[in-house]
This record gives sequence, C-alpha cells and structure tokens, in this order.
Amino acid sequence: MKPSPKKTPMREQEAKERIKNFFEVPFGYSEEEAVLEAGRCLQCPAKPCVSGCPVGIDIPGFIRKIRERNFPEAARILKLYNNLPAICGRVCPQETQCEAKCVVGKIPGSEPVAIGRLERFVADWEAEHSIQSQVEIAPAKHKKVAVVGSGPAGLTVAADLAKRGYEVHIFETLHKPGGVLVYGIPEFRLPKSIVEREVNYVKSLSVQIFLNMPVGRAIPVKDLLREYDAIFIGVGAGTPKFMGIEGTNLNGVYSANEFLTRVNLMKAYLFPEYDTPVRRGKKVIVVGGGNVAMDAARSALRLGAESVTVVYRRTEQEMPARREEYLHALEEGIKFYWLTQPIRYVGNEKGEVVGVECISMRLGEPDESGRRRPIPIEDSRFILEADTVIEAIGTEANRFLLSQFDGLKLNKYGYIIADENTCATSMRKVFAGGDIVTGAATVIEAMGAGKRAAEWIDRFLSGEYDPWK
Amino acid sequence: MNLIREKRKLAPGVYEFWIENNHIVKYAQPGQFVVMRLHEKAERIPITIAGKKDDSFRAVVRAVGKSTYELCMAKEGDSIMDIAGPLGRPSEIGFYGNVMLVGGGVGIATLLPIAEALKAQGNRLYVVLGGRSKEYVIMLEEFSKLADQIVITTDDGSFGIKGVVTDGMQMLFEREKIDIVWAVGPTIMMKFCSMKAKEHGVRIWVSLNPIMVDGTGMCGACRVTVNGKIRFACVDGPEFEGELVDWDELLKRLAQYRNEEEHSLKLFMERVGDLSWL
Repeated sequence: MKPSPKKTPMREQEAKERIKNFFEVPFGYSEEEAVLEAGRCLQCPAKPCVSGCPVGIDIPGFIRKIRERNFPEAARILKLYNNLPAICGRVCPQETQCEAKCVVGKIPGSEPVAIGRLERFVADWEAEHSIQSQVEIAPAKHKKVAVVGSGPAGLTVAADLAKRGYEVHIFETLHKPGGVLVYGIPEFRLPKSIVEREVNYVKSLSVQIFLNMPVGRAIPVKDLLREYDAIFIGVGAGTPKFMGIEGTNLNGVYSANEFLTRVNLMKAYLFPEYDTPVRRGKKVIVVGGGNVAMDAARSALRLGAESVTVVYRRTEQEMPARREEYLHALEEGIKFYWLTQPIRYVGNEKGEVVGVECISMRLGEPDESGRRRPIPIEDSRFILEADTVIEAIGTEANRFLLSQFDGLKLNKYGYIIADENTCATSMRKVFAGGDIVTGAATVIEAMGAGKRAAEWIDRFLSGEYDPWK
Repeated sequence: MNLIREKRKLAPGVYEFWIENNHIVKYAQPGQFVVMRLHEKAERIPITIAGKKDDSFRAVVRAVGKSTYELCMAKEGDSIMDIAGPLGRPSEIGFYGNVMLVGGGVGIATLLPIAEALKAQGNRLYVVLGGRSKEYVIMLEEFSKLADQIVITTDDGSFGIKGVVTDGMQMLFEREKIDIVWAVGPTIMMKFCSMKAKEHGVRIWVSLNPIMVDGTGMCGACRVTVNGKIRFACVDGPEFEGELVDWDELLKRLAQYRNEEEHSLKLFMERVGDLSWL
C-alpha cells in the first residue's frame, strides 16, 4: 500500500462538545494508527528532522521501532533524549521544528510525518502499559546541584544530571511541581495527570523536589552557594505585564497568569468543590495574540462564556500563536478583532469592568522584531462590551529573586545574561536557562537549554572545562 | 513540617496557632507573611506572621470565610498541607523616636512583631488597640509590656474609650509629638488611620490585605494603586505608605468575589453544622 500524502488523522473531541468540558481535545493515536503513520517516514539517511529538534531526539530511530511494533524500544530511545516526551508530544511547535524539516513534507502536496503525534503515542503507550524503560544511572559523583524552579528547564536539567550521577535538589515556590506546565497550560491541552506522571519519572531518578520554597526568602541564596557545587536558575518569566491603561484595576480585569493560575493550578473550574473562585464571564475579551491568549480564551469559553473575543493589535499573519491553537480556537467559536488595541477599560460604580474602549490600527514599517509595527488610526475609537477582560500581553522577569544573586548580570529587559551554549552566567558556578534567559519562549526551548546546561554543568563539575576561566 | 503545636482561642472566632516550620522561623522578619493551603482542594490564603518561638511561628486567624473557618477548626496535632514563606518585604524597622502603633481586630497580632522590633531599636511606643468590644481586644498583655503609653478603644465602650481607633490616635497626637505611625487592621480602618495621620502631617505605614492567589508576584491579583502606580502587595508590599494608597479601589477589589465567598461558606456550613461555638 502506498503511504498517504497526508498525516494519519488524530481523532479529537467535537468542538461543540469540548467547549463544555476541560478534557483533552485530541485523543491520540491507536497502535494501528501509529504504525500506519510511522510507515510514512522515509528513514532518510540525512535525518534533517533531528536538526530541527532542540533536544536532538533520534527521530527516525524511534519511528522505526514503532513501525516494527517494538513500542518499548521506541520509548527507550525517546527517553535517551527527552525526559518529558508526553508533554513535548502535546505542546511542542513541531510545525516550526522537526516537522518543518521533514523530507516527506517537502514533496509537493504532501504533509510531513506527524512526529509530535508519534512522540505522544509512544509516551502514552509506555505509561498505559506501566513499563518504565530502563534508564542507566551513572555511579554517584558525590556532588550536589541545586535547581531553582521546577518548570520544563529545571526538570530537564535535574533529570539529566541525576542520570549522570549527581545529587539534585529542586526548589519550587508553588505547592506543585511543573511551573508553567501546571499553572499556565490548561488541562484540555496538557492534562495535569500527565505532568504528574512525567514529574514522577524525574523523581524516580532520585531527584528531590522541595515545594513551597521561595528561594531568596525561605532559603537564602548564600546558603545555596555554600551548600551546592553548582546552581541552575530556571525560574521562567513569571511576572505578568499589564498595559497599564485606565481601568486596569477594575474588578474583572485579569492578567492571563492570574486567570490561568486560578483555573489550572487552583482548579477554579471545579468551584465550589475546589475553594478558589474565578469570574465566569458572559462576555469575555482577551488581549493578545500568543498561545497564552488562546489558552485564556478557550478556558473562558469552557467556563460558560456566551462570547469570547480576542483583540490583537496586528493581524492573523503576525500573531505568534501556534496555527493549531488558533484553528482550535476558531472552531470553538472564538471571535477575533485584528488591528485592534484597547486604550481604556470602562467601569461601573461598583468598580467592575463593563467595556473596553479600543482603537483601530494599521500596519506600518517593520520594527526590531521584524514584524510590521501597528500604528493607531485617528478617530477610530469604539467600545466593546465586556464583563471580563484577560490581558495576555506577555510576562517579564521576577526581579526580587534575581536581585538576591549578588553579581548576577542581567540584560536591559531584566533577564539573566547566560552563554547560549554553556548556560553559564556571570556568577561562578551559577548556570541559567529557559525563559529567564530568553524571555517568554516555548517549553521545548527551555528543555533544550536544560539539556545543554546539564552537559556543561557535568563538564564543569568533573573539572573538564571551566566557563569562568 | 507544618504541624500545629498549639492552638488557643483569643476571642470569639479568633484563634492563635503555633505552627512548626523551620524555614519560616529561621528567616521571617517583622511584617512578612506566609501563604497556606490547608488541603488538596483548598485556596492559597495569605496570613501574616505574628511571632516565633523555638521551631514554630504564630498565626492569628479570624473565621470570616470558608477557608478561615476551616483553619480555625483545625486541631493541635493536625498538619497544614502547604505553607510557603516568609513572603513580602519586611517592615522598615529603625530608630524614629516616638512611634505610634495602631491595631484593630486580628491586625493587632500582625503589629506585635513590628512593635517588638521597633522597641528593640529604642523607639518609644504609643499604642492604640481597638475592637468591637472588650473581648476582641487581643494581645493586650504583650503590648502592655512594650508600650510607653497605651489607649484602648471599643465600639460599644465595654473597655477603654468608647469610639474607634482614630479617636485614640487623636488623643495621642494631642499629647505627644509622633514621628511615624504603623496601622494594621481592617482595610477601612487603615484608610481612616491614613487620613488621620495625614491630618497631622505624620508618615504612616499600613499592611494591606488584598485578595492574593500565589503570593509570590506571578499573578497580579493583589495589585493596588500606590502613588498612581500599579504595585503588587505580595512582593512590593504588604506594607505601603497609607497616604499614597488608592483605598476606594482596594475596598472594591476586596469585594470582588463576595458572591462566591458567601456561596462557598453557606455550602460549608450546611456540611459541618453549627459553628457558633467557634
């Protein structure tokens, strides 16, 4: 049988059903579907897909094992490179990474191999069959590494160093490990049971996770510097930005971080069974065009909104959200106002938001990001009705925490200056990676940094290389 | 960790807890708070640290909503699932001269470590403690040991002066030259204390208690307008200069989840029965 030019479709919940629940949207491949899709891979010797992967997974290798129906071996290969495959299979932007390089996708009229879906299949198959692939752990090196933050970067660096024989302690401020994976990404995109499973795998490598531990407050940085041979800072970019327009502090105006933290980490969608409430708005406006805006919009819809509208100051072409997320949002009935910028929130006498005054924009010359700069059009103001507004315009560095690292060099945006390759910072034995270095980016890029950091921390601690000499 | 070593009733619906937690005892400074989560389905609630001894810190809690009722029902020997802290910026302790300290309700407990630290710096302390009636004026004994002068006010006149804390402030302002004020209590009280301090041209610190979620600066639920700027009470505060706070906005923000809070408490009461004994 000739392989199909299209990806083997993945079954998913119908849009009209899924907007009423928080269950995961796609169901994942069956064994038959996975084997069928694996058959589309050409096993080409150049393996361009691998160069598109920030953690360099042997993609043709694990796909070949799927084709041979040797799923445990496929899982073993995946885990050699990626400690969190069930997460990556779900949230990686494969369309701009591995799948963008796939030779099959270069054939006219053909789609690339569905590498992300296959990765997800293998990780889920392993979990469902309660098989823990055998991981080799190097003999104990008798050196300790502290990891600040338990998000994708922190979990990755911890797992890789544990495999290399280091004693690793993760310090997490919140009451659950996972960082953005638990507070940011919604259940319907990344079920929390999967995050827990991946975290348990990291713990199974003897990594210890200390929760409720705000570094700099509950444990001073100087204690970490004294007690550990190396420190990795992977705290993400967790401070929400507000546009700061009039009415920002009206009731019903949220940062996406607050809205998503209430819904995801605190499970406010199950209120009053869970104690944390969240406003269940009827007319919701989300400001921004990234993945976080899509997550907030789709969450608001599932909380029972009559209408959810995304306003974005550029156009569909410039929006940074993944295509898949945008299309899911469209299917679910979310409306989009392009070239629209809020300039004021309108409130009532109780201090509640009732509307958003917007101004229309046009695109001018490209700015430093290469995207065309939006420019307000005079006399184009209009008001959109709203009882809930969620600002998803980005996040920035947590300045308090970083100020506790005396001598740590930051860039003009407040992010840590670290070597792109080694992840070494300006402070001896302190490494950093993920969003706290790059600014808000993706889960897999943070994991890529975690992988590189683990490699260089190992070289540093084994005396092979000193980035500060 | 997080074991409740001692529990004591201070007033109707007001309890003192001594909770074991080494990190908090080791590093907490006056003015800081913790965030607690009682169980898997619970909220994260901010509670100020009202002292420490041995391996435990003190929390003083008044039952007002579901979570605080639930906490007040906890027993000695129980453990609290999660406690993160110490959080927030510590109070600006130093030598000022004559310091006025104004406490209302459970805010009196928050004020105590601040009072102790200020006393240790050699300040003279002029204290005003207020409550609805005599039984709500807590920790009087501790304050009596520290204060150079102390004025009590109660709404019903059952103890001290019949009136509110600002009446007590007025009395002391007339008697003494005050260099700085700290006021901790209900938001509306702190608003009026700030107006009173301003009237006398004296700087005032207040400890704000807006709604928080994480308490570590990552959500912005607790944002307040201070001097025209958005500040997060959890990391930029909880103490701010009272004169600069947009009080009316804060009061409105505190009422943001009133319906949900009432609903949640009602369901809880139906489940656990009569709680008037608290």
